[in-house]
Amino acid sequence: MVELKVVNAVNAEALSVEAASVHVQASAWQRVRRSTSVRIGGTVLLVLVAIALLAPWLGTVDPALFDPGSRDLLPGQFGEITTLDGEQLKHRFLMGSDSFGRDIHSRVIYGTQVSLIVGLFTAVVALVFGIGFGLCAGFLRWLDGPLMRVMDGLMAIPAVLIAIALVAMWKGSVPTVVVAIAIPEIPRVTRLVRSLVLSIREEPYVEAAISLGTPTWLIMVRHILPNCVAPLVVQGTFICASGILTEAILSFLGVGLPSDIPTWGNVMAEGRAQFNTYPHNIFFPGFFLALTVLAVNILGDGLRDTLDPKMAKRG
Amino acid sequence: MFTFLGRRLLSTLPVLLIVAVLVFFMLRLTPGDPAALLAGDAANAEQIAQIRAGLGLDRSIPVQFGIWFGHLLTGDLGQSFYYKTPVTTLIGQRLEPTLSLTLVTITLAVLVAVPLGVLAAWRFGSLLDRVLMGFSVAGFSIPVFVLAYLLIWALSLQLGWLPVQGYKRIADGVGPWLYHLTLPAMTLSVIYIALIARVTRAAVLETLGEDYIRTARAKGLPENAVLMRHALANAAVPIITVIGIGIALLIGGVVVTESVYAIPGLGRLTVDAVLARDFPTIQGVILLFSFVYVLVNLLIDLSYVFFDPRIRY
Repeated sequence: MVELKVVNAVNAEALSVEAASVHVQASAWQRVRRSTSVRIGGTVLLVLVAIALLAPWLGTVDPALFDPGSRDLLPGQFGEITTLDGEQLKHRFLMGSDSFGRDIHSRVIYGTQVSLIVGLFTAVVALVFGIGFGLCAGFLRWLDGPLMRVMDGLMAIPAVLIAIALVAMWKGSVPTVVVAIAIPEIPRVTRLVRSLVLSIREEPYVEAAISLGTPTWLIMVRHILPNCVAPLVVQGTFICASGILTEAILSFLGVGLPSDIPTWGNVMAEGRAQFNTYPHNIFFPGFFLALTVLAVNILGDGLRDTLDPKMAKRG
Repeated sequence: MFTFLGRRLLSTLPVLLIVAVLVFFMLRLTPGDPAALLAGDAANAEQIAQIRAGLGLDRSIPVQFGIWFGHLLTGDLGQSFYYKTPVTTLIGQRLEPTLSLTLVTITLAVLVAVPLGVLAAWRFGSLLDRVLMGFSVAGFSIPVFVLAYLLIWALSLQLGWLPVQGYKRIADGVGPWLYHLTLPAMTLSVIYIALIARVTRAAVLETLGEDYIRTARAKGLPENAVLMRHALANAAVPIITVIGIGIALLIGGVVVTESVYAIPGLGRLTVDAVLARDFPTIQGVILLFSFVYVLVNLLIDLSYVFFDPRIRY
């Protein structure tokens, strides 16, 4: 009887601890949702995602289509566009057309897909490698010195230069651009994860786990990683923003994605020669680019303030 | 102090060594073939092989690295594949425009950002503060080339105040030099201003809460003396630090800005060299930029002694 009571008490305690942790998680989510920055940034970003997904139905044509008769139209003008079957369609050029007679509206809308994909995958690649290296540096002491020296070296090279050099050598495609932009971001994630590991592994519960003989990989998965989630989400958001920006810079400089892929940077690069007469060729994609980066940055600021108060104070 | 200086200088050497190794092997492990590119489309395999041998690219990669690194130690960055001149000469020719652009940008950014940051901290939570912080987030987000075209459109094409493109050497007179640099420097400084203003605001805000500020006010010092001599002076260290960190942003921005404004500087050289697979030039320029970045941040570490007498090395 007495034993049963003790067990019950332990169970009750376990339950209440569980309930408490659930409560903490819920309130973190609620704080995130209440944040004005998260709401504004998130809403704009959702609209952009919707635009990317609904691209074919937003008054667009195939972004590669052109028509020599519809060159250099002003925004809102009507013109003809030739489909791949040779059929001539009447089309309204909402953002005008470029010097090949391509519809800038369609190229900008489809460009949203490319930018969001590049941004998302840059963040994912940088986080995956950064987490891997960071955990290694934090746990395997013999690897810490050499690994972090390499990261120091990588951080000393300006990020855009690495990306330009790599992508130009590899011939631009979405995967190579993503990897080239992600590589200079990896050291920052590595440093963050390493510092988190070093501080978390001094916590009593990790010491307890070590003394109970829990294998290192299980400690990493069960104790270290969950504590890294919040700062990494914040970091990932900022990497996403800078990835979108860097991709546009690469395309704009002519070293990024091939010019037949409609990206904002490519549309702007093509608009350069005629900027004096048709500035809208640069302003429309430029507006979308700035809006996207701004939305992601505002979202990141909001997430940092709510999820990671320590980091907010630091920066 | 001098032993510390010596130690710090020595500690930058391994970082630069790693940069050299990273840059060299990143370029060699990529598929682009400089010889084929130089030979042109009409060349046959034999001609390409000949060019490759002429460039020393037929040797094994470790041997190539040994030769390059040996020359590097004597200050020789090698011969450009494309321009057929020493890389150091190329860099020398392109140094002035880039140096001018960055120095004017940094000056402009500090002169604008620090007072704005102090004002925002002084009127914390006011409309001015919120507008400035909003501007700072926007400044981070607006791509440098979008901003460049906006400014060209407004100030050059519509108002006709400033030249659209081009660069004038300082030897041709300070007036034309500055006239041509104004627009590029304004463009490039926006992101830097956003960064510095934000940190200045945070740092000054922190010092404004200190006891000595209350003392200074209590003894009847005019508010600007309180802000400048007590609040800003004590907030100097983080501000100086962020100026150094921002150099990396600046270098990235230089590449884009020089391209938009047709300035014949190191940024343009980088892009041209990358497009031509000109390995020695790419290596040289990246190494130079990294060296400058490391050096500037070392100098900034040392300047802490000057800005905060409590710090002793």
